[in-house]
Amino acid sequence: MARNNHTPSEKTPAPIGRHEELLTDWASDREAFKNVSWGKSMMWIFLLSDTFIFGTFLTGYMTVRMTTTVPWPNPSEVFALTIGGVELPLVLIAIMTFILISSSGTMAMAVNMGYRGDRKKAGILMLVTALFGLSFVSMQAFEWTKLIHEGVRPWENPFGAHQFGATFFMITGFHGLHVSVGVIYLTVVAIKVLKGDYERRGDYQIVEITGLYWHFVDLVWVFIFAFFYLW
Amino acid sequence: MGQISQNVAADHKGQQHPIGLYLKIWALLFILSGLSYSVDYFNVEGLMRWSLIIIFMLLKAGLIISVFMHMMWERLALLYLIIVPPGAILVLVALMVLESDYVHLLRMTFLGGAG
Repeated sequence: MARNNHTPSEKTPAPIGRHEELLTDWASDREAFKNVSWGKSMMWIFLLSDTFIFGTFLTGYMTVRMTTTVPWPNPSEVFALTIGGVELPLVLIAIMTFILISSSGTMAMAVNMGYRGDRKKAGILMLVTALFGLSFVSMQAFEWTKLIHEGVRPWENPFGAHQFGATFFMITGFHGLHVSVGVIYLTVVAIKVLKGDYERRGDYQIVEITGLYWHFVDLVWVFIFAFFYLW
Repeated sequence: MGQISQNVAADHKGQQHPIGLYLKIWALLFILSGLSYSVDYFNVEGLMRWSLIIIFMLLKAGLIISVFMHMMWERLALLYLIIVPPGAILVLVALMVLESDYVHLLRMTFLGGAG
């Protein structure tokens, strides 16, 4: 009967299949996303719009890479670092990938702790996530500095097709901006969680919503890593 | 009735799953990232390289969306809202792939092969 909070006219809470449930959800004239708060659904819709931004960036990258008449620079060599006399391909990018995955792990734990009502652990785990994010951005700044010193510009580079620089700076720059915004977002929410601002309502869904944004940033990196660095 | 009240009660407490699940997914993501890095490290080339990269990428993306972002426990109405529209991007990708030979030839013809 509790479901009737949303649709008082509906009388039959009989068990139904998932697809039937989909139809009734969309056909009900009150809300389509039952049991999903406005905050969470708005975050998902924002993330959907962001998916289109990154999706079209990566499509643009694919288009120039497929149509260029000059060979594309080999990312494995461009992003290699020499550590202790050994040249390791893509090593910094690999470390950045592991850092971002770890940050997603701590974020997932923070969401869990929030729902368990352990606000201290939730807040600290969020701050740890933000620190991982900060180290990611710092490594990206190092990467950019190195490439700029080597002469990579949005309009030219010494390694091959000129579009390499344009797509690199645009895609990783936009992703880095998302990480930076995420670090600020996480820190603000973490401080509010630690201060006990959500204690009165006892509702820690804000941690999950912040987490959705952060996991999305990690998700985008999975695609950038695959298509830009590994391809 | 009983089942529904339980669902609602669970919704009020939010998404609660055992910590062990998150740790397992975390470990899996580490392994998959290591595997995709090794594709580059061991210089796997050609079709094998591309298919491995895409398989590992999709597995990682799937794990993040379904478990970390809790999509596997959300209702289908929300899942389809997020999963279906990006299909439009795949249409754009297909169009751009179809056009790529033509654009490549245009560049060869009119830009003298520069860029």
